[in-house]
Parts: sequence; structure tokens; C-alpha cells
Amino acid sequence: MKLVGRKVKRIDAMEKALGRSTYTHDFELPGMLYGAVVYPGVAHGVLKSIDTSKAKKVPGVAAVATYKDVPNNELGIVTKDMHVLVPVGGKVRFEADPVALVAAETKEAAEEAAALVKFEIEELPPVLTIDRALKNDIVVNGERNDAFHRKIRRGDVEKALEESHLVIDMEFETGYQEHAYLETQGAVAWWDGNTMTIWGSMQCPYYVQNDVAEVLRLPLSKVRVIQLETGGGFGGKEDVPSYIAVKAALLSYLTMKPVKLVYKREWDFRETSKRHPSKSRYRVGFSKDGKVLALHATVYLDMGAYSTLTPIVMYRSLTHAGSAYSIDNVHVDVYGVYTNKVPTGAFRGFGSPQVLFAMESIMDEAAKRLGIDPLEIRMKNALQPGKSTITGHVLKSSVGAKQTLMAVKKASNYEKLKKEVEEFNKKSVFLKRGLGWSHVIYGVSLGSAGQHLDASAAQVHVKADGSVTVMIGGTEMGQGAKTVMAMIACEVLGCELEKVTVLQPDTSVLQDSGPTVASRTTVFSGNAVKIAAQKIRDRIVEFLKKEGYKSIEIGKGIWVLDGEHVPFGAVIRKANDANVKLVETGWYETPKLHFDQETGTGEAYITYTFSTQLSLVEVDILTGRVQVKEVWVCHDIGKVINPDGAIGQVQGGVVQGMGYALMEEIKHDEKGRMIIRNFDNYTVPLITDIPKINAMFVEEEFEEGPFGAKGLGEPSLMSSPPSIANAVSNALGVRFNRLPITPEEVLLKLS
Amino acid sequence: MTITLNVNGKNVQVDVQPNETLLDVLRNKLYITGPKEGCGNGECGACTILYNGKVVNSCLVLALEADGAEILTIEGLTKDGRLHPIQEAFIEENAFQCGFCTPGFVISTKALLDRNPNPSNEDIIEALAGNLCRCTGYQTILKAVKRAAEKLGVEK
Repeated sequence: MKLVGRKVKRIDAMEKALGRSTYTHDFELPGMLYGAVVYPGVAHGVLKSIDTSKAKKVPGVAAVATYKDVPNNELGIVTKDMHVLVPVGGKVRFEADPVALVAAETKEAAEEAAALVKFEIEELPPVLTIDRALKNDIVVNGERNDAFHRKIRRGDVEKALEESHLVIDMEFETGYQEHAYLETQGAVAWWDGNTMTIWGSMQCPYYVQNDVAEVLRLPLSKVRVIQLETGGGFGGKEDVPSYIAVKAALLSYLTMKPVKLVYKREWDFRETSKRHPSKSRYRVGFSKDGKVLALHATVYLDMGAYSTLTPIVMYRSLTHAGSAYSIDNVHVDVYGVYTNKVPTGAFRGFGSPQVLFAMESIMDEAAKRLGIDPLEIRMKNALQPGKSTITGHVLKSSVGAKQTLMAVKKASNYEKLKKEVEEFNKKSVFLKRGLGWSHVIYGVSLGSAGQHLDASAAQVHVKADGSVTVMIGGTEMGQGAKTVMAMIACEVLGCELEKVTVLQPDTSVLQDSGPTVASRTTVFSGNAVKIAAQKIRDRIVEFLKKEGYKSIEIGKGIWVLDGEHVPFGAVIRKANDANVKLVETGWYETPKLHFDQETGTGEAYITYTFSTQLSLVEVDILTGRVQVKEVWVCHDIGKVINPDGAIGQVQGGVVQGMGYALMEEIKHDEKGRMIIRNFDNYTVPLITDIPKINAMFVEEEFEEGPFGAKGLGEPSLMSSPPSIANAVSNALGVRFNRLPITPEEVLLKLS
Repeated sequence: MTITLNVNGKNVQVDVQPNETLLDVLRNKLYITGPKEGCGNGECGACTILYNGKVVNSCLVLALEADGAEILTIEGLTKDGRLHPIQEAFIEENAFQCGFCTPGFVISTKALLDRNPNPSNEDIIEALAGNLCRCTGYQTILKAVKRAAEKLGVEK
């Protein structure tokens, strides 16, 4: 390979290092207005009236919008269970459920007017916990609170549990996690009387296009969405940017002026999605030698006031409930439950970190009770070709699960490390060290539940001078997609990486390519780029053959024609001047999966990644503080296209997962108002908290992936929380069954 | 009210409101958009600038107070179109992903290396403890600062 698998600089490095990338915050249009949002500040109630008269009088205010101004007030990606703006007579379902919008000449005027919008709410008792919601005496939304259900039914679980040598029966709870992307949500909308153009921070331009078109009742051809440089997403910019963009679009539609709506951090905390809090009960049966015989799990996800992406998140909780093990008797129920809190949705891992924490804790607990090493029990149950996942998907190839376990064992010098930890704990009174394993699976892309979205387009355009533009339907949000796409294009075309520009996605150019989620961009957009580039390369080769060249070799920025080294630019100039077509579209669609949604069995995903993490922690038993000292982590992601990019994903994922495991928490008061609203009391990992990270890869290639690649964005986080939690439990000899394991939680457990 | 600032080596006069922050004036009136607003609360460090040679969160400074101040933002680091060694080091170590926090980290690094050309690991960690990054896990940033120190050492 010329480029794939080699060290390269990010193709967007220069503008980022200069601080010149244009984020939505930086994007301005002449005559632009600024938007503000009005929140009720009440978690549950009926909106009785809205009075905008005072707000409209604030100098500089151009529009104050209420539900009456929204052409189609229904919203929701799976179920239309939410409004753009709460209507009078309708219910306010969480404290930041928007009731009105303001557009004004300055941000200050917009916020002043927003504060002057008056409304009356007849308060209802709020439903704030899963347990309260399950009583169904107060219904938050629709007909019942536990409105969504998915299940797996395979084998005979009760019989297998009866026959098990050991049954572990445990309950687990996990909390919220805020994405805390450094750039808050934002969009700029401009209605020119014919077309609505949206520029914004987003993962999924086509979601934004669909929602804006539906809300304003415009044809898709009249809604153009262009993604701007996006300052982090992590799932938080999957569906949420649609809700931001429709607000900006509505204000622009009403004022006929460009409107910029950039969220303040407090609005972002209060209104936008988080990781689902969860409660679960697990019963897992083991044989005497540690083989998992049966899995029985019931999982509740707190989806907040609106279902948004929850029904899809639940699919991943369901299919990942048994972690990375081959289990034949499986009974899993996952429920999505409405409460009067912020809607929860996509967050790196997408419903899997909650269940992986449970299952991986149980694996450790079983190992302890059976007297088996935690590594050995994982090896014993690990997947390999010919074995089936918990949904009964028999894996044929690209299964590097055991290799990841072995790689971590070797790199950590595990046997020696165990002894060192033991020695340390013998000598140390107040500091205790522990080791914790995790071994997790990740189903790449959307899986059987999202096959209608699983196709992607790309356009490759070789310019007359041999420079190249690439556009994909997927987005760059920091993860490095642009660089990977440019590498793939260059690998095929033999052009120079420095001369490739990857354009910002524009919905007016490419067909709907699905969302940039589910670690699918390398496989989907990557394949589409590869296909487009191959068409162009083949056409150039054909042209050169017609020109009489006998031997054509494609190099790196150079083509060798009958032994002569010709720069790529000169080859292209020749082809261009002979009117050879040098622009092509690539389209990649997923192989179709066979899955029975009723029993939850069959081929759940196109392929899987496998990850193993070992964490070394130190716990101060006087303060309860946990320090992660070192981690060893290995991912089987198929062919690693950009090694630096992959390592960056792993390092970021480990630390974000550490935040989820140990420190990040969202709290509400007794009335359901969020009391954590900014970084002063929402603690994310700082540079002072980071462990040493040893990242490794196993490359069991996926035959459908570009050059054998799978995906990495999400697994990079998923291995981290269960490994760290297990290490804390190991250090203190007590089992932690709630996340986050804050210092208070540690002290509570020890007392 | 009109204030005078020296921004990245140039004197500028600008009209400001009593409630306007220095960050807003830089971004909205002087079109210096390197410093970013991540929290508006002095917690995330995305708006970090050098203010009379000291590191400050520009979202916490009222523009009026800044009359006469000398200000350096990331835009002022490049000379004659050449990247500053800190910026080169950030590129070479792959020390950013989304890039939104980068201007703040680069300026905090500049302040550190100005006062301490050979920082230890602990010195770097202390100097960057006020800057949040949600993408990288800080590993490559730490390496980039070390590399920048080496580069600047060689230049001298």
C-alpha cells in the first residue's frame, strides 16, 4: 500500500493549527439576526397562555415566534411525539421544552426579549425516575411511560439457569453523560424566498434537511444544508442539530433575513440530549469452569420527555447486552421509559456502555467466585469464527477477539503486573491498587434496524492540474474522516495527498448518505470514495492504453508509463485535454442482513469489532478518589487506514469513557430542573486526570470494508468504563454496581 | 466608549459597551475569531489569550477594563506566513481533532514556554489544567508541548 496504513498529517491540520477553521460560531452573513430560545423552567404542566407583547417591543426585535407560527409543529425522528414549540393547551414535558423563539438584531436584544415572553403553566407533578415512571399513574407522553420495547428470545434460559453451577443475580444503575463537545450547538439559516439554506454544526446534514423541509412544508429541493467545521459531536450532533436548525429556519422564514442561533452552554446543557441513565437486572448462569450458559437481562433506559433516537439506541443495548461472548440461551428485554427530563439520545456507544458495564461486572464477579482469572474467563467465552453472537449471528470471518485479549496480556506483562499490584497493596494502607478487564463487541454501522439508511455517496473530481476534490455525505467532526477519505482517494488514484481537498458536505450535491454515526463513515463513505476513484482511474488507464502505453504503474504522486516517471498532474493534463471525464460518483450500500425483529435473532450487523482493555487504578480510601494510572487497550478494527488517527480515537475514547465511569454527573432538583448547567459543576476529565495509554490494534480484515477496514469511533470509548469500574472493584474487594464511581460513591461503599 | 488595544502588535481603537466582554469585542468587532466561546464562564479555556503577557480567559474580562492592554491571540503567532514552532509541534503530534480548543491550548502553551523553556511533565500539566479538550484525551497535546519546547530550544 502506498498510503493506507502509513503515518500522515491530517489534511485539515493547517487551518486548525492556525485557528482559522470556520465553525458556526464564526460564520456571519450581512444583515444577520440572532436567535434566542424561551424555556418554561417547569418540568411538567399544561401551557395555558403565552404573551409576547412586551418581548416584541424590545428595540431591535424582528420576530417572536410561538407555536402558531410553525407550519408543521410535529417533530421526532422515529415517532412524532414532540413539538417544535409547545402549543397553548399542550403539555410542557421538561424544563427546557421550548415555548417561544426570538430573532433580533443583537444577541443581547434577543435574550432581553426572550426573558420578557410571559406564559402561564398549570403545573403537574413531574415524573423524575424510571421507577416512578413505571407505575404509569402519571403519563408523561403518549399512552404509557414504558412505551418502547425490544427483545431477544433464544434457547431455554430458565432451564439453563437451573442447570448452571453458578448464577449471578445483580442490579445495575448508570447515570447521565453530557457530550460536552467544546463547540455548542448552532446553525445559521437563510430563507431567500425560494430556498432555505442552512449552515451549521452537525453530524447528519440529511437529518437536518428532512426535518427543516417537514417543519416548513418545503420540498427537499428547496432546503439546502451545508455542514460547517464541527467542534466535536460524539453523538450529540446526530439528531439535535435538526431541532436547532428548524428553530433558526423558522425565524428566518418569518423575517426573510439570515438568522444565527448559537446555543449558550447553559441552553445546551438544559435542552440537548445526553447519554441515557439506566437501570437493569441481570441473571447470568455459568458452568463450573466458567462458561456462560444463560443470560437473562431486563434493561430500562430513561429517555426523558421525548423518544427521539431511543428506539434505535435500544437496538444497540439489546444486541450488546451480552458483551463479546458466545451465549446460546438468551432472554433480553430493553424498555424505553418517558420521564419529565431532558430527552436522551445518541452518545458514543449508543446504549451499549450501560449494558457492557453490567455484563463485564458480572464476568469479573463470576471469575472471582469460581476462582478463575478474569482474563481466562473471557478467553473461555470469547467469540471466534464459527461461533455465534447472542442474537445467533454465526460469525464467519474478521473475528480478532481472542487476539485482542492476548495482545493486552502480553503488552501489560499481566502476570508480573498482578504480583506488583498485590505487593503494593500489602505495603500500602490508604492507597489501594486494582486491575480491571473488559472485553467488548461492537456491531459496525446501523445494523438490521437501520438498513434503509445504510448506503452512502461520494463524489471524486480530479481537476485539470491533478489536484482533487472529494465530497462525501458523511461529516468530519474532528474524528479525522477527511484525512481517511483523502488517503483512500490517493491510494486508488496515485495522486498526492497534499493536493486533495475534502469539501464540506452539501445536501444539494449528493444523495442522502445516511447519518455520520455508528462508526460507519470509514466503511460507507470510504467505500463510496473508493468506487468513485476507481471509475476515474480505470477511465484514465483505458485512455492511456488507447494512446499506446503498454505498461502503466500507479505510484504515489507519480505514474510510471512504459518505464517513464510522469507526475500525476501531467498524466491528468493529458487526459483532461483529451476530454476524458474526470468526475465520478460512488455509491456503496450495505449487504442485506437477515434478522427477525420479533425474536431479536439473526444477523444483527454487517461486521463486528472486538476490544480488550486492562486498567490499573489507584484508590485513595480516605478521600475516595480514583486515579487511573495506566491502561492497555487493543482493538480489532480490521485494516487500520490512518494509524495516527486511530490512536487519537482510542486515546480520546478511553478518557471520555473514564469521565463516564468516574466523574461525570447531571443532577436535577426535586422539581425536575437541571442544576448542572455548565463546566463549573459538570466535571470532565482534565489533563491532570489522564492515565498513560498503551494502544494496540489487531487487523482482522473485513472483506467488505475499504482495504479491509471496520470502524472505531464508538468502541474506543466502550471498552473503558467497564474496565475501570472492574479495576476499582478489584482494588477495594467490593463490587460497584453504579456509575459514576465518584469519590462519594467510593466512601459510601466503604462505610 | 472608545478603548485602545494593542492586538497582535497592531494598535486599534474600538467602541465598546459597558457590558461587553473582551472576547465578544475581539470576535464580533475586530473579527479575530481564533479565541472561541466554549462556556462563557471561564471554565473551558477556549477563549484563552495573552493579556499583557499573562494567560486570561477573555470571556471573563470586560472590554472596558482592557483599555491600553497588549493582547496576543493565536492569529498573532504566525510571522511572515510561517507557523510558530508551537503550531508546528501541534500538527506533528496530531494534537487536535475537532480543533475548537486548539487556539486556547496553543496560547496557554506559549505562556508556559515564555516563562519556562524546559518544562517538566508536571509543569505542562499544571499550565494546561485550565483548558478543556473533549477529543484527544490530552495525550498528544502533552507530547506536542514537549516537542514545541525542543523546537524553541533549538531555535535559540
